[in-house]
Amino acid sequence: MNAIFGKLTLEALPLDQVVTMTAVGLALLAALGVAAAITYHGRWYWLWAEYITSVDHKKIGIMYILLGLVMLLRGFTDAAMMRIQQSMALAPNPGYLPPHHYDQIFSAHGVIMIFFVTMPLVVGLMNIVVPLQIGARDVAFPFLNSLSFWLTFSGAMLVNASLVFGEFAKTGWAAYPPLSELAFSPDVGVDYYIWSLQIAGVGTLLTGVNFLTTILRMRAPGMKMMRMPIFTWTTFCTNVLIVAAFPILTVTLALLGLDRYVGTHFFTNDGGGEQMMYVNLFWAWGHPEVYILVLPAFGVFSEVVATFSGKPLFGYKSLVWATIAITFFSFVVWLHHFFTMGAGASVNAFFGIATMIIAVPTGVKMFNWLFTMLGGRVRFAVPMLWTIGFIVTFTIGGMTGVLLAMPGADFVLHNSLFLVAHFHNTIIGGVVFGMFAGLNYWFPKAMGFRLSEPLGKASFWCWLIGFYLAFMPLYVLGFMGMTRRLNSYDNPDWHPWLVLAAFGAAIIAVGIACSILQIVYSIWKRDELRDHTGDPWDGRTLEWATSSPPPIYNFAEVPRVTEIDAWANMKADGGGMFVRSTPYYDIHMPRNTAIGFLIGIFSIGLGFGLVWYIWWMVAVSAVAMLAVLLYRLFWEDIAYIIPAATVKDIEMQRLEEIGQS
Amino acid sequence: MKDGSRGTRAPFPRWAEGAFLRQGPCAPWGTAMAVPRDRFGDVAVSIIDSLRRARSLATRLRSASLVLCLALLAAGCRFPILDPSGPIAAREKQLILISTALMLLVVVPVIVMALLFAYLYRASNKRPHSMPDWARSNAIEAVVWIVPLLIVVALGSLAWTTTHALDPYRALEHDGETLEIDVVALDWKWLFVYPDQNIASVNEVAFPVDTPVHFNITSDTVMNSFFIPGLAGQIYAMAGMRTELSLIASEPGTFGGMSANYSGAGFSGMRFRALATSPDEFEAWTRKVAASGRPLDEAAYERLAQEKANAPVIHYAPGNPDLLQSLIDKYRHTPPPKTTGSPKH
Repeated sequence: MNAIFGKLTLEALPLDQVVTMTAVGLALLAALGVAAAITYHGRWYWLWAEYITSVDHKKIGIMYILLGLVMLLRGFTDAAMMRIQQSMALAPNPGYLPPHHYDQIFSAHGVIMIFFVTMPLVVGLMNIVVPLQIGARDVAFPFLNSLSFWLTFSGAMLVNASLVFGEFAKTGWAAYPPLSELAFSPDVGVDYYIWSLQIAGVGTLLTGVNFLTTILRMRAPGMKMMRMPIFTWTTFCTNVLIVAAFPILTVTLALLGLDRYVGTHFFTNDGGGEQMMYVNLFWAWGHPEVYILVLPAFGVFSEVVATFSGKPLFGYKSLVWATIAITFFSFVVWLHHFFTMGAGASVNAFFGIATMIIAVPTGVKMFNWLFTMLGGRVRFAVPMLWTIGFIVTFTIGGMTGVLLAMPGADFVLHNSLFLVAHFHNTIIGGVVFGMFAGLNYWFPKAMGFRLSEPLGKASFWCWLIGFYLAFMPLYVLGFMGMTRRLNSYDNPDWHPWLVLAAFGAAIIAVGIACSILQIVYSIWKRDELRDHTGDPWDGRTLEWATSSPPPIYNFAEVPRVTEIDAWANMKADGGGMFVRSTPYYDIHMPRNTAIGFLIGIFSIGLGFGLVWYIWWMVAVSAVAMLAVLLYRLFWEDIAYIIPAATVKDIEMQRLEEIGQS
Repeated sequence: MKDGSRGTRAPFPRWAEGAFLRQGPCAPWGTAMAVPRDRFGDVAVSIIDSLRRARSLATRLRSASLVLCLALLAAGCRFPILDPSGPIAAREKQLILISTALMLLVVVPVIVMALLFAYLYRASNKRPHSMPDWARSNAIEAVVWIVPLLIVVALGSLAWTTTHALDPYRALEHDGETLEIDVVALDWKWLFVYPDQNIASVNEVAFPVDTPVHFNITSDTVMNSFFIPGLAGQIYAMAGMRTELSLIASEPGTFGGMSANYSGAGFSGMRFRALATSPDEFEAWTRKVAASGRPLDEAAYERLAQEKANAPVIHYAPGNPDLLQSLIDKYRHTPPPKTTGSPKH
């Protein structure tokens, strides 16, 4: 049996755990419902041809965002369960989650929210927007892009598999050794952690390579670096960070994997292991990761604030240099995550001050967004509401961040709920708000119709109010000496604040429900919300110059750029979308391929086999991955030509549509 | 503030009592229980008392909501971080307040400007589009770079000086003789060894007030963080390494101590009591521990390590003064030099 199933036995199935089985049941029901709907509408082939095998950056972006939103439901469910547990678990009440379950939940919550919610949302927006903003036909390596997505997808599925088969890590999302070593975590949880992050991490690294090349090599003629839209700039810096930081994570997890699988002693207590080496390496990736997430959000806000103020962005050059400064400094601050390890005072002070320096360019960005509004005509559309909510919220998060960067203060606030409140304040107030702003802003571009405004506003207000109710109490609790990750406690003073926080989480749940409802309702009413012009917000950058959704080739004629805000300038000069491109040319486009999808699916088998020591599955999956990859490498027919006549037909149809509306 | 003194006041709604009255003599999470310190509580109580004289339903409802707010506020009497009982913790609190004030110099204008600009320049405001192309001003750019920079320079110099002053390895300037205590983190309990007194104790540590206390800290399990919020900052406890922490308690009391770094299933129960006492009481405590007659030999240590969660207070004598070093040597074959500036070697 061991040869067939490895360590996997029937006991690994959580048949006795009501909460888990309910969650699994609901997820299966939802999946069955979706499958039934697809079958009913006869859309399986369409799904395969238009999405699963697609190498079109817009389609891949949509799939990333869908993945992020679905995983948001899972990550938020974990959060809600934690909030309910802590609002109950005042001694002598132990709450409803024993440590064995609770510890998995907070670990899974962190991993899912960082790797499988915010990362896919960020990469998804990047995919949809960047090639359009720089006037390109696709990314530099379209097949690689498809592969990146399917590897990320596989990582997410592996985390979800841990819900049914075995368990997830009980180590916290950073999986510090020696707790994550075999001696203290003999179960499969940490192995799920390692392999899901390894697989998704490779996908992210490939994305970094891809977008770096795309932005450096594929800009429209005339678009110098200092004419790129700010979202493209921040994406560029994010991808520099990905390429520089993700290999560190890969190596760190590989070393931890060697400790667990081969019996090496990189991070063990004994045998010359050095646990703090893991912690250093983890955060040498982990801190840049924070900026990998938040820089694109800054880019979204820059685009939104300029568009909805009807003005060019204030201080473009300042913003670019501030972004570059943040990119650099994000690599020299990692030690502020563990001032309390006992390093010397000078070391701690160095990293504390380096951290504070990041506040300067970030502050500059804040002021630039404020002065963009000054003298403009501010329209309070949904993306703009998220932006104003962000400026207020993120400023508070930044302040508490600088406070934590002060080593003397960190000694009493480290690992407390104050810290938890701080990073949620920046990640929700920065990244999540940014992703919702971007989703509302670029949804019409990707899908061809706008999202409903009233439901979008309802979602915003629920998130904003819910956020403050859920996380301000955690700041207070930090000052009361409450540490993070507590399963139960006996201090009655904490209880009312934890109840308040749970209430806030409930309001956020309403906000999430509004967002889902907003998307569903808008799909239902898509004809009323249709964007005929391709430029629903009076935008300033090139993505608004083409139709919504753009044709597969994005631009019939590659635009020529002479200034920042290329599209606003074209409109001011009286040209733009009404000008016919003559003559039309043949367009060379990459062909769809199932190879990325196949490699992704095989990588699930690889990861699952490694987690459970099912070596035949590991071997089969690895050989299969290699085989399909080799097969692909020998393809010569990887592209096709869209004839000029077809391009002309598509463009004529579009001009007609604009004329009608 | 003792339990009883509160009972003489006007009665509260029952649900509000918890916030004011539950100050059990050894609630381990609070700060010093024997010291009057709940000023917020006093204010809240007097306000509630005056409110309770009002009779109408509306006023009652209003007062109920006020009571709720104040009940929450009154928790202020037990903010160990903001209500310190030792010079180190006091400076750490001061640092938090000064830094926050400095940052508010930027934070408040940003928030005000965000709301004000958005309101003033709203599209529904029927004024002409005043500056549709305005996107540069060297003066403003200079201000927005220089003002945050100045504040960071101020914060940075503060960081440099305080990080050195509050370095947990730094010996405290004090005339009294330093009390040495070795700390071992176990699954999931704290073992305190007094090498000079030749005693040891689990989940309870005592030291006299106004005396510098120097902890040598290690772990015989995964990483933990040694933390007594009312008295000083925290520092990691790691196997094979020794970290150090110094503190002085300036007031007597019972303080809650804990592991601040998640360490596995029994982590939530990994708490201890820190007793800051008069010198005489400390003497009495050491005699009591010494009288336990339970030696901390190898067998006793093994038994202790086996017993995992929610260990009771246990006293040992004699206390095995070499335990800390032997535990470090267990993981590191070469013994580290005594008292260096770094936990590593």
